[in-house]
Amino acid sequence: MPLTYCKPGEQFQVTSLYGGQGFIKRLFEMGIHPGVILKVIANSGKGPVIVGLDDTRIGLGQGMAGKIMVKPLNIKEGVR
Amino acid sequence: MKTIEKNKVITVALAGNPNTGKSTIFNALTGGRAHVGNWPGVTVEKKEGSFKYNDQSFSVIDLPGTYSLTGYSIDERIARDFIVRKRPDVIVSVTDSTNLERNLYLLTSLIELGVNLILDLNMIDIFEERKGEIDIKKIEEALGIPVVLTSGLKNTGIEKLKDTIIKTGGKNQGYLKIDYGPDIEKAIENVELQLAGINSPYPKRFLALKILEGDIEIIEEIKRQGFDNAVQAGVYETSKLEKEFGFDLETEIIEKRYGLIQSIVRRSVYKPAYAEEKLSTSDKIDRILTNRWLGIPVFALMMWITFQLTFTLGGLFADYIDAFFGWFSGLSSGWLKEINAPSWISSFISNGIIGGVGSVLIFLPNIMILFLLLSFLEDVGYMARAAFVMDRIMHAIGLPGRSFISIILGFGCNVPAVMSTRTISSEKDRLLTILINPFISCSARLPVYLLFTGILFTKNQGLVVFSLYTLGILVAVLSAKLFKWTIPILKGPVSPLVMELPPYRIPSALGVIIHMWERSSLFLKKAGTIIFAGVIVIWFLASFPLSAEYAGEASLAGQLGKFIAPIFRPAGFPFWQAAVALFFGIIAKEIVVGTFGTLFGGEGKLAAVIPVYFSQLSAYSFMVMSLLYIPCIASIGVIYRETNSWKWTAFSVFYSVLAGYLTAVLIYQIGSFLL
Repeated sequence: MPLTYCKPGEQFQVTSLYGGQGFIKRLFEMGIHPGVILKVIANSGKGPVIVGLDDTRIGLGQGMAGKIMVKPLNIKEGVR
Repeated sequence: MKTIEKNKVITVALAGNPNTGKSTIFNALTGGRAHVGNWPGVTVEKKEGSFKYNDQSFSVIDLPGTYSLTGYSIDERIARDFIVRKRPDVIVSVTDSTNLERNLYLLTSLIELGVNLILDLNMIDIFEERKGEIDIKKIEEALGIPVVLTSGLKNTGIEKLKDTIIKTGGKNQGYLKIDYGPDIEKAIENVELQLAGINSPYPKRFLALKILEGDIEIIEEIKRQGFDNAVQAGVYETSKLEKEFGFDLETEIIEKRYGLIQSIVRRSVYKPAYAEEKLSTSDKIDRILTNRWLGIPVFALMMWITFQLTFTLGGLFADYIDAFFGWFSGLSSGWLKEINAPSWISSFISNGIIGGVGSVLIFLPNIMILFLLLSFLEDVGYMARAAFVMDRIMHAIGLPGRSFISIILGFGCNVPAVMSTRTISSEKDRLLTILINPFISCSARLPVYLLFTGILFTKNQGLVVFSLYTLGILVAVLSAKLFKWTIPILKGPVSPLVMELPPYRIPSALGVIIHMWERSSLFLKKAGTIIFAGVIVIWFLASFPLSAEYAGEASLAGQLGKFIAPIFRPAGFPFWQAAVALFFGIIAKEIVVGTFGTLFGGEGKLAAVIPVYFSQLSAYSFMVMSLLYIPCIASIGVIYRETNSWKWTAFSVFYSVLAGYLTAVLIYQIGSFLL
């Protein structure tokens, strides 16, 4: 499902990205690529979607967030 | 292979993502002493410093924070150009250890550039606080480069870093070659073959990869050198690979890099699950400030407070500065009389230099307070959020969310405002943001408004001034729409906003002051150079021929004014003094006031003389003209430097003059008809 529908506070894994080359590349370089785990920090339906990647917070416009497909996830154990 | 001789200065460049604490490392290395300048040809800030360690001198350059070296944004191109052309002895790749995978992506690009590298795992204190463990040896082995743990904030590991820099500076490292798998490797090889004999500071493999990644700048450079075959080979290989495997080559290459990073990080880093069940304070604040209902009202309130403080506090200081320059000018002219200086020298110093520069410095408090408040909001972390809050509104105008920052700065001074557009990565959006900025009413226009409204609109001064600010914004918005609609290269959708948000924090007072000073000093430099030169020109035009009265009708200035004046008949102010004032206003808007002062026989007499020449309507029309036409020489200069195009600079000048003239005429004509 697109990131725009994700509730704040939950964790998701990125499955795929849609959009132009420049857009995808930009996100990839910032660390948002398939497989990565994101936490949705803020999403009020309008305005930005803020996601957390470890300690980093990345803001995305609604349009952009809609192009990021994710699946829900709940990871508690350590990552080695 | 070069070895470092004694006495040679070792050059060190710091590269890294934004928010990795690069500047704290820079400060820790250099002790905070930095020379801040600009990168040649562009106005991205360049920070340089130096230090001594074990009798060895070092010079340090802080490269712009980037995520990669693809050349999408100016920052990336600068970092890349510096690395390959200036060949620093050592590059320290500063990374955030709490977020290693993402941070190491830039390192892969650096590795491919074949430079001498040190990996600096910064913010190690936070990482260790969370009980993380890193096996340095394993990372060193895997990457083939030395690794140092530092905390710029706690100033640990800095000695070790310096030692490592000395050790690394002299030798060429053998690193790992990133393996893209047999199919892509074959393609790289084929493209590389076509590059035989190319004269480039980049390694051939890097060039080949960039061709396959579709890096426009590199491709153009290669074409310029006549290696079209290599580019064609790249296109051929790309389409072949994409057809065969159904993937997109560019993203496939990036994924391969991440794959390598992941495997290294998995082997050498242990990170316990970071119990993040409850949201941090910063996150909670974000929920409120970016909320769909509260976001815009909060933003409006912040801006309202900012401007209130700017103009109330700024006004207090302005009076003192004004009084000081009046006193200083009197003092100097008295002194010059005493030593029997020729009267033209006396006039040059008192009228020209002190009076002219003084009239500009009056705005310094306004500008410093505005920039202080904006720097505070930025360092707190709010500005980045505000860009998102404003994104939807800005989009409706056809601008990206970030351009609001340059609009707000424009209320202080258009020069730093135009410079601030460099954070907009899309060239198209950036150009549009630059082109509309001159219409934002900077603080230098305010004295013009105050002069006229103070004399002619005493009852509703505030309202009239407010209407001019609003008109400026309106013209900016309509122009943006017009440009977007008519100018082909500005067409197309606005690039979407994605930006890293730094956590909210209470900034250090010193940090905010430095930040404010960096911007205000741009204004001071303008006062010191361009305006100073302009003031001399005005004084010259007003003084010669020597037989004529200073700034009188017979002076060069007066003759020029007489020549231009008739053009302004439809706008309601067809007399030479207005034309001269506007002409000199090109140097800096505030000079309009000073010029009237000189031409009407002293600023003290203006209250009596202005109503003779101006009606309320023609004064308003004159203020509109002052608002809209060319902000000042300094802004023309900065538009040229930022667009790097005489064509766009000329366009901006002509368009603004035309917009000012037509709006003034329109207002005067409609006004005369109605009143």
